[in-house]
Amino acid sequence: MDMVIRYLQHNWDNLLLLIGQHIVMVLCGLILALIVGIPLGILSAKNERAGKYILAIANLIQVFPSLALLAMLMVLFGIGFYSVVIALFLYSLLPIIRNTYVGLKEVDQSIMEAGKGVGMTKLQLLRKVQIPLSLSFIFSGIRLAAVIAIGVATLAPFIGGDGLGKEIYSGINLRDPVKIYSSAIITAILAILADYLLGLAERKTRVK
Amino acid sequence: MIKFENVYKQYDNGHTVLKNLNLHCKEGEITVFIGPSGCGKTTTMKLINRLIEPTKGKVLVNDVDISTISPVKLRRSIGYVIQHVGLFPHMTIADNVAVVPRLLEWEEDRIQKQVKNLLDMVNLKADTYADRYPSELSGGQQQRIGVIRAFAAEQSIILMDEPFSALDPISREQLQDELIRLQKDIKKTIIFVTHDMDEAIRIADKIVLMRSGKILQEGTPEEILRRPANDFVKNFIGKKRLAQFEAIPESEEVMTRKPVTILPSRGLAESIKIMERKQVDSLMVVDTKDRLQGYITIYDVLQQFKDETKRVGDIMHTFEHVIAPDTLLNQTIELMDEHKLPYVPVVKDDQTLVGLVTRGTIVGHLSDIYSGNEGL
Ligand SMILES: Nc1ncnc2c1ncn2[C@@H]1O[C@H](COP(=O)(O)OP(=O)(O)O)[C@@H](O)[C@H]1O
Ligand SMILES: [Mg+2]
Repeated sequence: MDMVIRYLQHNWDNLLLLIGQHIVMVLCGLILALIVGIPLGILSAKNERAGKYILAIANLIQVFPSLALLAMLMVLFGIGFYSVVIALFLYSLLPIIRNTYVGLKEVDQSIMEAGKGVGMTKLQLLRKVQIPLSLSFIFSGIRLAAVIAIGVATLAPFIGGDGLGKEIYSGINLRDPVKIYSSAIITAILAILADYLLGLAERKTRVK
Repeated sequence: MIKFENVYKQYDNGHTVLKNLNLHCKEGEITVFIGPSGCGKTTTMKLINRLIEPTKGKVLVNDVDISTISPVKLRRSIGYVIQHVGLFPHMTIADNVAVVPRLLEWEEDRIQKQVKNLLDMVNLKADTYADRYPSELSGGQQQRIGVIRAFAAEQSIILMDEPFSALDPISREQLQDELIRLQKDIKKTIIFVTHDMDEAIRIADKIVLMRSGKILQEGTPEEILRRPANDFVKNFIGKKRLAQFEAIPESEEVMTRKPVTILPSRGLAESIKIMERKQVDSLMVVDTKDRLQGYITIYDVLQQFKDETKRVGDIMHTFEHVIAPDTLLNQTIELMDEHKLPYVPVVKDDQTLVGLVTRGTIVGHLSDIYSGNEGL
């Protein structure tokens, strides 16, 4: 343990850079997943038929082995940052789509009817009632996606990406357990932190 | 104001819920739909703001077929209190009340003022409650908010679906009183659904009694209590309520059926003869078809007696107050007391004189009851 701490003290500048890269990759993937996933979730909730297909495809992506997915993306998009972001995006998609879908579906029918009854348009109903009321579900999806993405992002070096995975990777090559542990611990802390912060947001947006 | 014309509603599962509904809800009145659970009250109400579309038939608001109005526009012009309160849990009380004004893009100043007024109206302090969330209010307070939300945009039509059902009896009566008081000033056209007969009798201008998607009877509370259309209605009203009501006699049972009358064309001397013979000091003046024209008193006759050309019709007075055969005795007494009347004539709709309620006949009736001779 001492060795790990000492290692961290000596390499903090390099590690900070890797953490930064890691976070940027995860954020890009997540934001993309939000931009695509929330509308897909809404569509699934509004249209049962479309919903069935969308959720099935998202499920399929989720169970695809990560390394195989990365390899495929490398073939399609070449090596580097973009392939990693796309992989993270794909992995984050399911939790976000599914939670958006469930959140919208869970909104009390009598409240929906109240919204309709006072004369909201479909869009207003979505914006003023359904989404605010499913926000905590959506946050819980983002939370799940973020934790997964932080983990998956450690595989980035396999397809030429950066981030904390690089340190783990070189640790493996150099047979340096301290290097591996340190970066693994940092990754775990990152995941715990994301989990905690998004958990706060989730609780904050929960409506009694 | 609101008209249903031959309306049928069949749900997708093939269940026909409304069968040939025809109804007119008048402007400025509270129309109460009442009936056992599942009889189609809510369905009927939702037809008015197009939350439900009729399978057949038309619904008209202000003589316009509402299927030609956009549902969103229609709903914003109709206040709606939904069955299970239906406040938006993520919005503050103020935002809940302001929902429709905001949809209608009122000025923010006006909205704030309106919210405050409405909260005042139901005795909830704006300072205390405006920024709270629905879950922080009691059930009764939530229902109050549900009600004022429906009034917020000053719509002239308000739909209320069992708005007071979740309340304890005391707050319920309080809210009913508030509604009655409010309605006196603002005269909205209100459709009110309930399954509580006492509530219906208290607040309704017109009661519409439903069963299995059909209207069994409609009329004022008075009419329904007095002439229940069939046994189902009687049962629904309840024996106790009917008994209370039947205990009060109608004027027909109290009046004398042989008031002393005279034609307007008769002379004054003849009228004195009649008064002498019948031992009365005034005569009812009726035309040849028994329609009430007015009355003359012995004093008038004596004053004008010298003038031989005068006829009864020339000196008679007209009545300011008459009652119908089914006016209740308590109302009759109230009327006589208020205007210090020695008697009131009982006339049918076409003004035919059928009798006279006098202090004497009232005393006679009461003595019959208390000496146990009723019905003899
Ligand atoms: N969406 C629906 N689909 C099928 N049947 C319905 C639907 N809504 C109501 N019903 C049925 O219609 C009948 C009348 O319902 P409703 O108007 O809610 O009655 P009430 O308000 O008088 O209790 C009931 O038998 C109910 O089960
Ligand atoms: Mg109902």
